[in-house]
Amino acid sequence: MTVRRVMGIETEYGILQPGRPLANPMLLSSHVVAVHAAAREGTRAKARWDYDDEDPLHDARGFHLQRASAHPSLLTDDPEKPAPSGDGPQALPRATTEEYEDPGAANVILTNGARLYVDHAHPEYSSPEVTNPLDAVRWDRAGERVMLASVRALASTAALPDVALYKNNVDGKGATYGMHENYLVDRAVPFHDLAARLIPFFVTRQVFTGAGRVGLGQRGEEPGFQLSQRADYMEAEIGLETTLRRPIINTRDEPHADPDRWRRLHVIIGDATMLEVATYLRLGTTSLVLWLIERAVAESGSGGALATIDRLTLRDPVQAVHVVSHDVTLTARLELADGRRLTALEVQREYLDAVLATLEHSGDEPDEQTTDVLARWGSVLDRLGSDPASCAREVEWLAKLRLLEGMRRRDRLAWDHPRLAAMDLQWSDVRPERGLYHRLVQAGAVELLVSADDVADAVVHPPRDTRAYFRGEAVARYGGEISAASWDSVVFDVPGAATLQRVPMRDPLRGTHAHVGDLLDRSPDATALLDALGA
Amino acid sequence: MAGQEHVRPRREDAEPDDGPETPAPVAPAAQARDAEVDALLDEIDDVLESNAEQFVRGFVQKGGQ
Repeated sequence: MTVRRVMGIETEYGILQPGRPLANPMLLSSHVVAVHAAAREGTRAKARWDYDDEDPLHDARGFHLQRASAHPSLLTDDPEKPAPSGDGPQALPRATTEEYEDPGAANVILTNGARLYVDHAHPEYSSPEVTNPLDAVRWDRAGERVMLASVRALASTAALPDVALYKNNVDGKGATYGMHENYLVDRAVPFHDLAARLIPFFVTRQVFTGAGRVGLGQRGEEPGFQLSQRADYMEAEIGLETTLRRPIINTRDEPHADPDRWRRLHVIIGDATMLEVATYLRLGTTSLVLWLIERAVAESGSGGALATIDRLTLRDPVQAVHVVSHDVTLTARLELADGRRLTALEVQREYLDAVLATLEHSGDEPDEQTTDVLARWGSVLDRLGSDPASCAREVEWLAKLRLLEGMRRRDRLAWDHPRLAAMDLQWSDVRPERGLYHRLVQAGAVELLVSADDVADAVVHPPRDTRAYFRGEAVARYGGEISAASWDSVVFDVPGAATLQRVPMRDPLRGTHAHVGDLLDRSPDATALLDALGA
Repeated sequence: MAGQEHVRPRREDAEPDDGPETPAPVAPAAQARDAEVDALLDEIDDVLESNAEQFVRGFVQKGGQ
């Protein structure tokens, strides 16, 4: 058993031009992205995002594919032409005219394998694929540093507007923007079963994953404090949409990998969190529950653990999301389909016990990080039940609430006092001198999991154990010869070559340092690399 | 919203609106925790947006995903 699986975090940041509330957020966001493009490139045209994800070569594994003679899209149109298989990059025709650069489509592929771009009037950092929750924390923190670098660059350039960036999810006036988790899940698990078994988990995990929010209701109509930023915006159980009628379970299924083997679970219910332990537990516990479900499906039952989970079905999951978030006492009872009434903590305990029982049944020896996640999960649930204040170093809503309650007590403020709403917003300002979270770090009031050096390294370098390694290193080494990239491809434009050459990366666990480190070191330029890949 | 907004509100125009202190009686453990939080509040007092109301009102985002 393990918490390890391919995962990643996408975060849309809140954006402001201080003092100019009417500034165009799309334009501001494009500046945030563009400073990274300018800083890195300088040589040639910026690498675009390769939207050509609809790869018809679905039998492909890794990126050792045969050199095709035509654009892959032609292959699906032409039944005479069999899909190629074998080794080497694919040739693509060059665009005959220069493509129009839409500022709203600003996009940079960073050397750490992440994607930085403008999404829905927000700058978004999509982390590189990682294989474990601790690395997810590391490259998520790297994203904060990338955003901070944009803030600094714009502040030091007189001709460009200053921006402030916030790692939160609501503006308190009705708008919400997302933090999405992505997990690669075994395709063998039927989606309906996956959804049904995850919903009670997602509804109740807020007790330790919530970032905390001042205000109740989508517009903060009622004064008060709740556990989660996103909860009030969840309006459906299952659905495809991410921008209206947001569902607890999102059905978007672009695996960005071999769809016969994998689905990508796209989780939109969570909050962006500053606290490292909160992020770590969010990803770690979710990965364990996914492991439990995969395992149980593979073994049809897994010692009865699955039956326990199936009994946790909630009578009204959407309402329960709101109930859990609005209950800072953690004592509210949720009605289950079988008539039981459990608290969110009790539901979480059922999941943890089911994971532990399945672990015992399997006889597997958990790895170090898995053991750590299990221990922390249990400890946090225990302490949330007995002494929630003791979790303020790990659980974000409690860290935030502690500060807010202190302010309320000291200055006798009611929950509708604007200073409390301001503190909630300022909590996640990425500038260390402004962000309240950062003040807590400096005061030693929160637990850290990764060192500043490790985060600084992750700003520049990709994870070594996923295809993000190939993507990031290719951008770092051959940036001037890359015309586009995406999660599962890098497209090279080598001077003198007849066509563009697309290197597909269908397997997220190939293209690692172990696979291509030597190859990259032996290839002084993209031509040499492509020759080696095609050999 | 007024057109006369400071681009960068400074802390010096912050309004000290603390009333007289009359703490309620609390248990020793809770008192220790309160002292810790008070120290944190001192840390953040000088970085808080000076005009909270204006800052909150101006924090308007377009919806995202």
